[in-house]
Amino acid sequence: MTTDTTTKDTTPGTPAPGTTVLDARGVTMRFGGLTAVNGVDLTVNSGEIVGLIGPNGAGKTTFFNCLTGLYIPTEGEVRYKGEVLPAKSFKVTAAGIARTFQNIRLFANMTVLENVLVGRHTRTKEGFWSAVLRGPGFHRAEATSRERAMELLEFVGLADKAEHLARNLPYGEQRKLEIARALASEPGLLLLDEPTAGMNPQETRATEELVFAIRDKGIAVLVIEHDMRFIFNLCDRVAVLVQGEKLVEGDSATVQGDERVVAAYLGEPLDNDPGAAEAAEVEAAEAAQASSAAQADDTTTDTAAGKENDR
Amino acid sequence: MTTQTTTPKTAGTPTAGDTSGLIGMPPHIGRALATGGGALTVASTFLAWTWTAEFPGDLTVYGYPGGLQVLVLIAGALTTLFGLASYGVRGLRRLVPAGGDAALKFAALAAFATTWYTMIAISAQLGGLVNLEPGGYIAAAVTLIALLGALALPFERPAPDPFDPEDTGWEQFKHTSSQNWQTIRAAFTSSSPRPVPALPSYAEILIIVGILAVALLVFTYGIGTEYDELFVGFLIVAGLGFTALHRAGLIAQATEITARHQNITVCGAFIAAACFPFTQSDDQYATLGVYILIFATVALGLNIVVGLAGLLDLGYVAFLGVGAYAASMVSGSPSSPFDLHLPFWAAVLVGAAASLVFGVLIGAPTLRLRGDYLAIVTLGFGEIFRITANNLDGTSGPDVTNGSNGISSIPDLDILGFDMGIAHDIGGFTIGRFANYFFLMLLITAVVVLVFRRSGDSRIGRAWVAIREDETAALAMGINGFRVKLIAFAVGASLAGLAGTVQAHVTYTVTPEQYLFAGTTPPNSAFLLAAVVLGGMGTIAGPLIGAALLFLIPNKLQFLDDYQLFAFGLALVLLMRFRPEGLVANRRRKLEFHEEAEAPTTLSKTGA
Repeated sequence: MTTDTTTKDTTPGTPAPGTTVLDARGVTMRFGGLTAVNGVDLTVNSGEIVGLIGPNGAGKTTFFNCLTGLYIPTEGEVRYKGEVLPAKSFKVTAAGIARTFQNIRLFANMTVLENVLVGRHTRTKEGFWSAVLRGPGFHRAEATSRERAMELLEFVGLADKAEHLARNLPYGEQRKLEIARALASEPGLLLLDEPTAGMNPQETRATEELVFAIRDKGIAVLVIEHDMRFIFNLCDRVAVLVQGEKLVEGDSATVQGDERVVAAYLGEPLDNDPGAAEAAEVEAAEAAQASSAAQADDTTTDTAAGKENDR
Repeated sequence: MTTQTTTPKTAGTPTAGDTSGLIGMPPHIGRALATGGGALTVASTFLAWTWTAEFPGDLTVYGYPGGLQVLVLIAGALTTLFGLASYGVRGLRRLVPAGGDAALKFAALAAFATTWYTMIAISAQLGGLVNLEPGGYIAAAVTLIALLGALALPFERPAPDPFDPEDTGWEQFKHTSSQNWQTIRAAFTSSSPRPVPALPSYAEILIIVGILAVALLVFTYGIGTEYDELFVGFLIVAGLGFTALHRAGLIAQATEITARHQNITVCGAFIAAACFPFTQSDDQYATLGVYILIFATVALGLNIVVGLAGLLDLGYVAFLGVGAYAASMVSGSPSSPFDLHLPFWAAVLVGAAASLVFGVLIGAPTLRLRGDYLAIVTLGFGEIFRITANNLDGTSGPDVTNGSNGISSIPDLDILGFDMGIAHDIGGFTIGRFANYFFLMLLITAVVVLVFRRSGDSRIGRAWVAIREDETAALAMGINGFRVKLIAFAVGASLAGLAGTVQAHVTYTVTPEQYLFAGTTPPNSAFLLAAVVLGGMGTIAGPLIGAALLFLIPNKLQFLDDYQLFAFGLALVLLMRFRPEGLVANRRRKLEFHEEAEAPTTLSKTGA
């Protein structure tokens, strides 16, 4: 609550900070004695792409699961467009938050088109009787759904593979399909969990374009990623999560320049200036190696690594 | 650890790309032998095979094939046709869109197996080879020649996989045997078939009619087989003959054509099924027909629960029981606690509604479980139903179901003045009691097929499949998993209840012991599930065929007796080993289980 003001201050780069779409306050998630997420505040405004980074095990995905109703936060609350989110993940989707998964979770034995049609589930109402009786309403709804799904496939570039089985798509296209499926639920906020994991540079760039295009459709995006270049190119704002707590939040430059972030990723700083210290270490090691080369060969490997010397 | 540094024994065997046959014989001679052998097989069936009519089927007549000879005749004719087609005879080439060699091998194998089975059966039954007439020896010889000739046909050998010299003798043995197995498999496979040339739609519809007529003929023949030997021969010829047609590529082409005219195929199949009672002179086999239909309909209902929604239900037969009990109680039976005689339409509604309620009551608490746990709990509820029905007898509990005596003397149905209990004459055909019920049951089956097809290809059906594929992702897509699963459970339950209402009238009596988890006679929960898995999950034809087979085989093979369940288990193990997707493969499942096979990646139609 108090941090609310600070987060708003740290968004100078946002072109037109619209209304708040997602507002997470003091989200805490404990599993028994382990606190995976501890009092994290995060807001996402409409038309914004927000990045969430942090080392492995920092609690990013757990935080995502709290936002999407897969977990119920132990403390704190999550509001979507001012409404407290329901505790069931399908209701969260109906409310307007869609997500993708870190490890792709497509419906592997359904066709590409069917996958997207499943995404339309919350935006259609036809039940069992309507399916059996097949009135005109059913055909209309089905046609609209198919049309809409094909548009989305067109949007992500998979329209020509609509009748393929999802499992037969190459990896990068499976990621795209997951995004298309999430978009089919007509969300106001899209959560992407490592959308470029395992992609080559071209695919990563294509994904970047795709995310911008999604933002241009007026959908706010919250993205977890380890690819720093991707994150800093893409995001209007980046939050850093370390050991379940939010370390910093701000635009790319702020986060990139923050020592604590570097420390969190690369380990504890040495003295004052880790970069210089390291360089000095390496120089010293090289000098030592040169001098001792004649005497003993097998010590070189031990002295080479800068960190090893600290012990 | 015998470090055998011997040179690989495969030195003498042919290398990859080599296209010799399994038997060292010049291919052209092999082809000639196979084709000629096929023709001679046809001729030999017109001879007498044995001297006495003691062996069933009367194989003693010259110039007129009987019993098993007819089956051999068919297999021989197939062999000849495929042999001629593999020569490239004009007009016959259409028969083998995927190449004739593999088909020829299977057809020759069918003729050989049936003939030799007959010879062995005659010798064993009548005591010695002396009972064979010269005609029998000739048939045995020509089918053997045809088979050897067919096996000499060239095929694409798989590349030999050199084994690790470090391997132990046992590992080498395993390696070589798997290598040999691969080679044998390769000998019997064929390339993928040519696509069907565009035909005018009336021609395609005529083809569909022809296919359905053949299917009806095969089914009628199978159901009407009078003795064990004939049924075994029928199974051999039907199984291997079907495989031969499949290898020839005809089945794939037929599937393509039927897929183009789905509605016509479905309607045609029902008309063909409705023709079945007219092919029968008495009610003897219509009885089997109606029991098969009940079994198949319930299996199809289970297919919604298991095949589409992926919920393993081991107590499904209880819903059939609920429907049957509900219908029997309002049927005016003297042992029913209610003095009520509702018309059939009302009884159907009552039966379906009772099953629906029961399904929701069981489903609501159990569907929070996933996978194996759900299976265990449903198994338990199935037993609870049976035991409860047993105990509601007036002594252990209130008198509702009349305990283990069940509700008996259920009167026959009378629909709009049409008494189902007596025989009627329709257009010169006598339609008996069971045939009447056959028609009624066919109507119920049609309803179930309709519900299955329509719900499967809709928002709710996609939600079911999504839940089956990945429940977490489905929830994240906004699907209310519990609700959707409950709908699947309730729909499946009420469809079974629908079948139960007819079953009660067909069997006259409803007792708890008809609704076991596992027993020797279908329908019971284990057989229902087996029919679905055996036939092919998620398809319409699969459970129908699976149920027909599972009903007919124990019914026809009386000699199996005590080994029935053993044979059943063995068959299931073998099937799951070699064809895990079931007899009728959902195209989706086929891709799932045989990824190495060339993947026709596009699917034109959802589901079945």
